Amino acid sequence: MRGAVRIEAVRKSYGEVTALDGVSLDVQPGEFLTLLGPSGCGKTTLLRLIAGFEAPDSGRILISGRDVSGLPPYERPVNTVFQHYALFPHRTVAGNVAFGLEARRLSRRQLDARVAGALETVRLSDLGHRRPDQLSGGQRQRVALARALVLEPEVLLLDEPMAALDVKLRQQMQLEVKNLQERLQTTFLFVTHDQDEALVMSDRIAVMNQGRLEQVDRTEALYQRPRSRFTADFLGVRNILEVAVESVGEGRARLRTGDGQAFDGIDDGGFRAGGSAIVGLRPERLSLEGERGENVVSGTLEDEIYLGDRTEWQVRVGPALLRVAESAASGRERRRGEPVSVRFRPEAVLRLDP
Amino acid sequence: MSRSRSAALLLLPALAVLLVLFVLPQAVLLVASFWQRSAYGGLVHAWTLANYLRAVEPAYLRILARSVWLAFATTLVCLLAGWPVAYWLAVRTARRLRHALVVLVVLPFWTSFLVRLYAWMFLLRQEGLVNQALQALGLPALPLLYNDFAVMLGQLYGELPFMILPLYASLEKLDPSLLEAAADLGARPWRRLWRVTVPLAAPGIAAGCLLVFIPSLGAFLAPDLLGGSRSVYAGNLVQSQFAVARDMPFGSAVSFLLTVVVLALLWAFRRPLRAAGELPG
Repeated sequence: MRGAVRIEAVRKSYGEVTALDGVSLDVQPGEFLTLLGPSGCGKTTLLRLIAGFEAPDSGRILISGRDVSGLPPYERPVNTVFQHYALFPHRTVAGNVAFGLEARRLSRRQLDARVAGALETVRLSDLGHRRPDQLSGGQRQRVALARALVLEPEVLLLDEPMAALDVKLRQQMQLEVKNLQERLQTTFLFVTHDQDEALVMSDRIAVMNQGRLEQVDRTEALYQRPRSRFTADFLGVRNILEVAVESVGEGRARLRTGDGQAFDGIDDGGFRAGGSAIVGLRPERLSLEGERGENVVSGTLEDEIYLGDRTEWQVRVGPALLRVAESAASGRERRRGEPVSVRFRPEAVLRLDP
Repeated sequence: MSRSRSAALLLLPALAVLLVLFVLPQAVLLVASFWQRSAYGGLVHAWTLANYLRAVEPAYLRILARSVWLAFATTLVCLLAGWPVAYWLAVRTARRLRHALVVLVVLPFWTSFLVRLYAWMFLLRQEGLVNQALQALGLPALPLLYNDFAVMLGQLYGELPFMILPLYASLEKLDPSLLEAAADLGARPWRRLWRVTVPLAAPGIAAGCLLVFIPSLGAFLAPDLLGGSRSVYAGNLVQSQFAVARDMPFGSAVSFLLTVVVLALLWAFRRPLRAAGELPG
């Protein structure tokens, strides 16, 4: 049970604003779980409730099976890596890492050994005497990690720790943090609004929207099969269409676009014949080149966006605009206004909850 | 004209004011403290150490010690009373309310300190408001005025804003997430105060303490009005030497000893003060 977090029907409002609207979530011991969502979705609030900086209006939070409601932050077996690191400016790197240990009864030698060990874990052994303002962003982040991990928390909470780093450094730190977590086998609860970051690092992702959990799933499953329109949109399913459902049978659904073109989708049991539905199509699953057994929808080429490794074609299909991504290598000369056929397999059609 | 030239020109008025109003009088005092007094209160241009030898006689040293003690006690009480106010203003108050409340802190400056001390006399005297209230409650009247307690109270009242403002300025810069981080790392409230808040507010604490201590050391209004005949402090001693005894050399010597005490303190507090000067904004 050590390292498990259980969140039971937690609610939290600030005046009129509901930050968390009945959230329940189980985090497994040793797992890397990411709370993913846009700003204001409640993900940081949830993290702050677990850390103990704020109290829920109702509901319970259990850490390692123990109800921590009413416990102040300094009595909870969790530690936090803050968004802007919150390093103590009046202490050296080693002094920052030692801060939490000083409250425990350790001999000078034990304390020094643990600080040195933590600094080695984050590869900062040579910088123990520096002050935080003499460090780069990536180094500060490592100090923040070492300062929290040296206390051997049952759960480590990370509040958008990469937000202040530039892209290249961010990608490097993502791998570093992920490797660290795999080595330590500590539960990491990570908050971000960056879907790529969530995909790279997480065992599971919990997508949040307006104070609720939209979908909680293993990373691959979430990417392959987003359930709701919001989740799909947030995870890069850039084509979302309203379609009419003509018929359903033999595991397939016959669907029609806004301008009446028919295509097939795999039926997950959610299509109702005669009704309407929302479906998502990833740009990279669409193509302008032919293959047998595929759906074909015709439209007019409206725009071309060159993205280096690939090209995005924007195709007008009735009232909808379909974005088709093709690798640059396969690119053929095409002109705006040219009629084109968009092709995709029925498996590419994702039925979404509104 | 080069930048450094124009900068020097811009500094000239300030330097001139300092020279005429500060350096020159100090120099006059310094010289006078080594001269002698004539029978009619004039200056005799004859060098002597007699004024300093007299100033360190036990009776006068006791007065100097009382003044240091008054200044020290005033500073300590101002710090203890000002800290919660500054903390509350800087950390717990909504941003839009802060400025209005800071104005309240400096509001007493709109009235002369002299007038405000007379107001305290009305409050504290034998038939004053406080004693009337006590008697209305059936309690005995207290001797509130013309003692060291009244002097302390007057000093505390007069100097408190000078403590609150620098404390507020440094506490306002304190990043609240540092306190959360400290709590997160297992620090209880007292530990957070001593290990995070106080070290980070040290420049404000040092500045506030000096701003209170230095004027308190030479204070003469509050001792004069609230202290009665037996409460003599260094400020009163200097003032009476110039105005009553007409012994300018001796008054200058005492006044210079006070300056030496202040300089010694500036030296002792040089580190946090330098940090205060480096604070942004």
